[in-house]
Amino acid sequence: MTVKAVERPKRTLATQIYLIEVWKGLAITFRHLFVNLYRHLLRRPDASVTIQYPEDPAVLGRRARTRHRLLKRDDGAPRCTACLLCETICPAKCIRITAENAPDAMIEKRAKTFQIDLGMCVYCGYCVEACPVDAIHMDADDVDTSRYSRKDMIWDMAELMGDKPKRPSAPVADR
Amino acid sequence: MNFVDAIWTVVKVAAGVAFGMNIAGLLGWVERKQSAVMQDRIGANRADIFGFRILGLFHPLADAIKMLTKEDFVSSSVVQPLHTIAPVIAMGGGLFCLAALPYGGTIQFLGRAWSLQPLECSCGVPLVLAALAFGVHGVMMAGYASGSNYGMLGGLRGAAQMVASEVCLASSLAGLLFLYGTLDFQQAVAWQSAHAWGIVFQPLAFILFLTAGAAVTKRTPFDLPEGESEIVGFHVEYSGMKFGMFLITDFMESIVICGVTAALFLGGWLIPGLDLPSMGLLGGVLMLASFTVKVLALLFLLMQIRWTLPRFRFDQLLDLGWKNLLPLSLLNFLVTAWGIYLWR
Repeated sequence: MTVKAVERPKRTLATQIYLIEVWKGLAITFRHLFVNLYRHLLRRPDASVTIQYPEDPAVLGRRARTRHRLLKRDDGAPRCTACLLCETICPAKCIRITAENAPDAMIEKRAKTFQIDLGMCVYCGYCVEACPVDAIHMDADDVDTSRYSRKDMIWDMAELMGDKPKRPSAPVADR
Repeated sequence: MNFVDAIWTVVKVAAGVAFGMNIAGLLGWVERKQSAVMQDRIGANRADIFGFRILGLFHPLADAIKMLTKEDFVSSSVVQPLHTIAPVIAMGGGLFCLAALPYGGTIQFLGRAWSLQPLECSCGVPLVLAALAFGVHGVMMAGYASGSNYGMLGGLRGAAQMVASEVCLASSLAGLLFLYGTLDFQQAVAWQSAHAWGIVFQPLAFILFLTAGAAVTKRTPFDLPEGESEIVGFHVEYSGMKFGMFLITDFMESIVICGVTAALFLGGWLIPGLDLPSMGLLGGVLMLASFTVKVLALLFLLMQIRWTLPRFRFDQLLDLGWKNLLPLSLLNFLVTAWGIYLWR
């Protein structure tokens, strides 16, 4: 490992006067101000980088961890085999699974109920990594998960699979 | 003074205060929008009335409604009479200065002379400087009366900073007033009308005055009394409209500083090439417009500086005031005095 010597910027009279440096800074901000005003006048989209979120869709990274999604087999049955690995590894303890016998003997078990409490979820993604059958993903690209009550933050299996739309909750749901 | 003069003075003072209050409200909008546009953002634009947003101009209105209707919470630790009158004193100084600014000269209309300066006084410049210096008492009082260490720290910082910069504020004007030979705003403007704008003779004093002015008004890069990211400052124990008054005070002191700069350095209400006092009512309107445009341009410049420069460290700020601005302004005064002596 070599040491890299970093030259400190020299203090010359020109920088000590400070006014020249102030003017350089002002030149940058003035340029941005007037260029952006000109673009705003022409209603060009590059006038600002702001995303007006509720009106315009949120821009998410391709690998962003968003709301969970339960996947299905080719025949439409849930992929989940109720092995409880995700429930075990979850650091926030936000997953609740109850198991039952699956009709197909090769699958043996399936989830009877599968609930995720998004109010407790920390979006760590461990459940996705732990799943041996690739049944749970965090790629719903849905960030509007807030609700008016804690009860409404809990998503059940049908809602997570997309079979049933999540109902928006009312402001005074369960006080 | 007859009855018409008395009424006219009251009207002028009210108009001067309205000028300051309206521009202070406007500055709340300018502050948000100008900083946003220069940082490639859009800025506050959500306040609407019946769906109309007009570039976020309703935000100052929303601010005012919020300030007036918020709970005025007073901590049990405050020192009571001081805590309540501190914002009044801070704001009173700024309001008084607004009435002494030269918005216009004297015009002939309806067979008599109308002066457009609310408070006509032969010592207008030191009057404004004194009233501006009065504002520091509000800051110190608020810091002390808060009964909070953060408030106290902000008040102490404010006291040290404002004394350091106010000494320079006055001394940077000395050379200019020596040149004009008067302390009256109207005569200073008349001198500039006969010769040239003050900034031509005293460019250094212009920079020194604006810098010290920015420090007196406690705006970034000199907002150490507030220091919002570390101590919140002298108004930490204030809420509701009392806090709002401190907020408006900052804006109003900026307007006063810009008004004095416009009057003494940028020719006040003069428009080059036009003889405004002989143009009657039109001349009066043009005077007001000219002065307002100059003040707004200076405010625009100060706002840009406020959003460009990072904050000073406290020892750097005091060094700037006592070791740089003050010697330079005294040197400026000496050179000016010798120049006038040799020139005459």
